[in-house]
This record gives sequence, structure tokens and C-alpha cells, in this order.
Amino acid sequence: MKLSGGEILVQFLHDEGVEYLFGYPGGAVLHIYDAIYKQDKVKHILVRHEQGATHAADGYARATGKPGVVLVTSGPGATNAVTGIATAYMDSIPMVVITGQVATQYIGSDAFQEVDAVGITRPCVKHNFLVKRVEDLASTLKKAFYVATTGRPGPVVVDVPKDVTAPNVKIDYEYPQSVTLRSYNPVEKGHPKQIKQAVDIILSAKQPMIYTGGGVVLSAAAAELIEFTHYLGYPITSTLMGLGAYPATDQQFLGMLGMHGTYEANMAMHECDVLIAIGARFDDRVTGDTEKFCPQAKIIHIDIDPSSISKNVKVHVPIVGNVKTVLADINAVMKEKNSQPDKEALGKWWTQIKDWQKEDCLQYDRNSKLIKPQFVLEKLYEVTKGDAYITSDVGQHQMFAAQFYKFDKPRRWINSGGLGTMGFGLPAAMGVQLAFPGAPVACITGEASIQMCIQELSTCMQYMLPIKVVNLNNRYMGMVRQWQEFIYESRYSHSYMDALPDFVKLAEAYGHVGMQITDPKDVEPALKDAFTKYKDRLVFLDFITDQSENVYPMIKTGQGHHEMYLASQRGRGLA
Amino acid sequence: MRHIISILLENEAGALSRVAGLFSARGYNIESLTVAPTEDETLSRITLVTRGSDEIIEQITKQLNKLIDVVKLVDLTQGDHIEREMMMIKTRVTGDDRDEVKRLTEIFRGRIIDVTDATYTVELTGSASKLDAFIKALTVPILETVRSGVAGIARGEKSLHP
Repeated sequence: MKLSGGEILVQFLHDEGVEYLFGYPGGAVLHIYDAIYKQDKVKHILVRHEQGATHAADGYARATGKPGVVLVTSGPGATNAVTGIATAYMDSIPMVVITGQVATQYIGSDAFQEVDAVGITRPCVKHNFLVKRVEDLASTLKKAFYVATTGRPGPVVVDVPKDVTAPNVKIDYEYPQSVTLRSYNPVEKGHPKQIKQAVDIILSAKQPMIYTGGGVVLSAAAAELIEFTHYLGYPITSTLMGLGAYPATDQQFLGMLGMHGTYEANMAMHECDVLIAIGARFDDRVTGDTEKFCPQAKIIHIDIDPSSISKNVKVHVPIVGNVKTVLADINAVMKEKNSQPDKEALGKWWTQIKDWQKEDCLQYDRNSKLIKPQFVLEKLYEVTKGDAYITSDVGQHQMFAAQFYKFDKPRRWINSGGLGTMGFGLPAAMGVQLAFPGAPVACITGEASIQMCIQELSTCMQYMLPIKVVNLNNRYMGMVRQWQEFIYESRYSHSYMDALPDFVKLAEAYGHVGMQITDPKDVEPALKDAFTKYKDRLVFLDFITDQSENVYPMIKTGQGHHEMYLASQRGRGLA
Repeated sequence: MRHIISILLENEAGALSRVAGLFSARGYNIESLTVAPTEDETLSRITLVTRGSDEIIEQITKQLNKLIDVVKLVDLTQGDHIEREMMMIKTRVTGDDRDEVKRLTEIFRGRIIDVTDATYTVELTGSASKLDAFIKALTVPILETVRSGVAGIARGEKSLHP
């Protein structure tokens, strides 16, 4: 089959099983767009800004486990995509971003819409390529998908100069079935000796703690993790990125840990004698001050990326490998010997943990005349029966969602954890909704975050995506305001959101349904209407919430897990 | 501690900048770096000298290994090895100094490779510390110094190959 570069690109995506291509046209990719026009196998989703394309592809990837695919033009197309690429990189999301480039003979001449896309994206991609010959296009794309989806996943950029996709040069095309990269061989299986050593330490624990992260979701190891945790009866906590991999409604789950983690999870981290870290990377938002981190614990760390091991915290037993494979091996070793943990010690440990749970650290004023953001999340959880796909932006609302929406399944909680990208939620929800057209999808956001990619409301209209935008509108950049209250003696420097639009009218202007909710008693009916009466419409729910609410517990920078500020301390001069 | 890391790298455009970019992005220091193709034209070899605690060197090697273009690497300082660096140094020499610099060059087993009425250019090969010692021993004005950076290889039968 003789095809042009543009046609090869589109045909390859189809052969690779790509369903959706999120993109925005421009000069350098016009040949590719012409090839897209002439086929209907790969569906192109036209966004309103390249950042939206990357977040939408990212949301699609997080919800499905399949790579998200993006097509943008050269220059500003590529630079606008960088935020989304970095977002995916920090959370290890498989993504292939195809950027147009000026024709090869113009590279380096400061041509119109020229930017060194490979250079600009280098620090925030797993790998990137510049394709200089049409003959290399298909094999390079194959490498890009292979690298993006294997090992520790991540975004890969393929920069394609315009002449490489020219319609007048046609070459033989055959889908490359396999790929070899001599320098890239991710380790799958954990070392048996390390596994045996880990099992011995796990079983010897008196006060064990399981700490899981996004790696469990990425490697689809939820079943193995549940088996492991139930077999041992140990308490388990999760990072922001790992939520859903272990059912939040299970009794052994202590909630999220870290800066805004629960009292019981953080205290158990501080007091544990064996820490089993699974697919987590000891991020600073999780560890607090590493000098004070798990002072008595022997640490076992399972991770596919050797560079994650002993990066921030020294670990005692590292196991490099795919979390799913390693957990299955550990489960097998334990079952084979019918090994049992120290049940007596474990009983005492649970008594201690139950005591911590009595703090009721997620308490808030349920009798408030103002809408509490926590209340909205609780009602959303009830109305959707805990079964919705929840995307979020970044800030207080993100933490409230993580605390109050109890995720029982992986890939339901979609947020920018590592980079903390405001503007992520709405476009990510588009990717999720496209992947699962009938499923309830809600975007938890705030009046500050939503305005960072608000233009995508237009995309939602074009493709009739019935997302429910839950806007927790406190007229502040809530998390900034909270830090200013705690650390800067309430000097609210530029965290107040003045001159806000009328979000109801704005939603309506885009052709959607808008509602403003100001009274707590209207929260549940509004949510019910959104998910039933307006099931097939995008509904923008503008909840006017309490401006002074803070996220508790909170560990300030430089403090340890046992040094939390609690809701119960507020107003007592402590926080 | 000083470490010499030897890297086999895909001989591709941009590969070197991935290595250099990694060091600047993560705040590691590069004391010297040399790069040239090997007998296999698809591979380049980098010799990189860096300093850091054991933890930092461990991270450096892990992060380098993570780069797709890095085929293989070894920390030469972990075993017996040979290191060499080449230097060319142009000095202003007149009168009695001419004999003195010539003698010094012989002591260091260097060669004078260019001469004018007022200058000598000396070529010297050895470990980095030997080159430092030569510079320290010179009493005449130095006009220009150019050093290749360290190249290194393991002693014995061990070899770095893909």
C-alpha cells in the first residue's frame, strides 16, 4: 500500500487501535488534517486550546488505561501542549503527542511558528523523537507507543516536520508489528530473593502499614492488592494518585495519607514498624519532613522504576518490578507456606488505630447556614451512589473530593496529582466522557481553576458531552487563601477572585444548563436534577460555598505525620 | 566524592543534550564531559566526571539508565581503572625561562608542539591531577589552556559494550 506521510500517520493510528485523536489544526499539520478528513476510522476531537487537547487525552488514558493521543501544530501549538505533557509526565500517564514542525529545510531558521519542540519538551517527556524522513514515520510512531505504554508509563512527543507528511511523496506502508529498542528493557518480575526477604519482614511486623500509590492503578493490580491486604489484615492507606485501587469503603482502609490525609492514616504511618510501599514514590506531599518520616519503620518498596527507590527516603528492601506481578508473587509465597502474621500484635495495633479514628478528623459543621464544600461532595457521593467518574482541578476542592468521595474502583478518580495543574478537570472529563459515553462524569472544580480551561465548554457542546461541572465557588483561590491564613497571618494577597462571571449565564451562553445553588437544602435536589432530569446535558452547578472553610487535617511544610493541624483545633489558637 | 561515569549512548541527534539536561534539571554537577563516537558507529561514548555523596551518585546512575538513549553505563571509580586527559597549554617564555619550561615539560613527559620567539605550546597527557600539577609548577605566564576532559577505561578484562 503506497501512502503519503500524512496518510501513514492516520493509518498507523488506526492500526494501533487509536479511537480518539484530540487536536487542533494549524499550518504545519494541514497535510495530516487532510488525511484525517478523508477517513472515518480515527475520530478527531476538536478542542478549543491545545492544553485542553492534552488534558482530554490524559483523562481518556487515566480512565481507560489506553494511551491518549494528541495532534497539535508547530510553535504555539506545541508550547500550549507543554503544560498537559508535563501533567501527564508527573503522574506517569501514557500519552503520545504528535507535534507539527516546520519543513526540514526551514528547521533552525526561526521560521514562522517554529519552536524547538523536542528541546522544549525534553525535561517533561519519557522520550521524544524528531522524524526527519517519511520512511521513518511508522517505525518511530510504533516506538513512541511502545515507550509510552510500557514500564513506568509516560508521555512521548513525536515532532513531525511538514514535508514528512507531504501528499506528493508516497511510500510503501506496512504496520510495524514489533519494535526493538536495545537500551530499553523494563523489568517486569521482582527478584525472588528480594520477595522472600520482604515476605519475612512483612510477616514479622507488629505494627504494619501498607502505603499504596498510582502505580497500583497503572499496573491494574487492584485485585492483587486486595488479596494481599485481606490475607494479612493489615491497615492500608493510599496517596492521592492511588485512590480507588483499594476500596475506600473497606474496613481496613484508613483513608488518604499525607498533607491532607486522615489523622488515623498519618498517625499509623508515624508509629508503624514495617511500611510496605507499593507503586508510590514518597512525594513530599506524602512524606512531610523526611527526617521525621516513619521513624521506626523497616521499609519495603515495590516499584517499576529503580530511580524511585531510595530517592527521597532510604528503603531497606527494594523490589524493582511491575506491581501486579510482584504482588501476585508475594501472595503466592505467603499462601504456599500458609504463613500468618502476628495476630495478637495486630489486634493491639488495630485497637490503637480505632482510637485514632475517634478523632473524626474529617468533621465539619453540618448545621451551617452556608453550603460547606464537604457537604456537596458527600451529597454527590450519595446521588451518584459512589459510581461516577470524578475528575478534579487543583486546590481545596480537589482535597475535599479525595477525602469525601469514597472511590471503590480504580480509574474513577482523575486528577493532576504531581504537577497540580489548575484547568485540568474539565478537559480531562471530556476524555473520560468520550471513553464512557453513558457513564456519569463529574468535574469537581472551583471558580478559579475552571476559568483556566473554560473555553472547553464549547468542545463539550460540539460533542454533546453531558459532564456535570460541580463548581465549589468560594470566591477565593481556596488553597492559596488557606496557606495565607495559616502561614501569612491572613494577608490574602491576590487570592480573592474578583469580577467573577455569572457562571449560569456563561454555561447557557455555551448552550448548556446552568444552576446556582446558595442554600444547603437545595444541594441534593440540584445534584439529582443534574444526573436525572438533565442526564443528557452538560450541567454547570455553581455552588456558592462558605468562604472560610479550610481543608483539615493539614501537615505544614517541614513537619512530620504526627504534627497535623486538625479541624478540632481551629479557633483555639492552634491553627 | 569524585566519580568517573562511562556511558554508551545511542549516536543520535539530541542524545547528548538529554544527558546534559538531566544534570542541570536535577542539580547534579558535571566536572568534565567528553564525547566521541566508538568503533561501532551507532554508539557514542561519554566519560563524565561528577562529584556527590553515594546517594546522589546512585540517583545519577539510575536517572541516566532511565534515559532511552543510554545503552549502558559504568561507574569506573568503583573498580580499578585508567584515566587520561590531554592538555595543550600556551605559555609566554623568553630568556632563561625557555630552558626552564623545556625541562619541566620533560619531567612531566610532555612535548613542546609549537614554538615562537616568545611562546611554547606544550602537549601533556595524564590523569587530571597530573595536569593540575603541571599548571601549578609553571612559573611563566599562561596564555591559553585547553583540556580534553577525562577519558577513562577499566583495567583488566572488563569492558563496556552493549
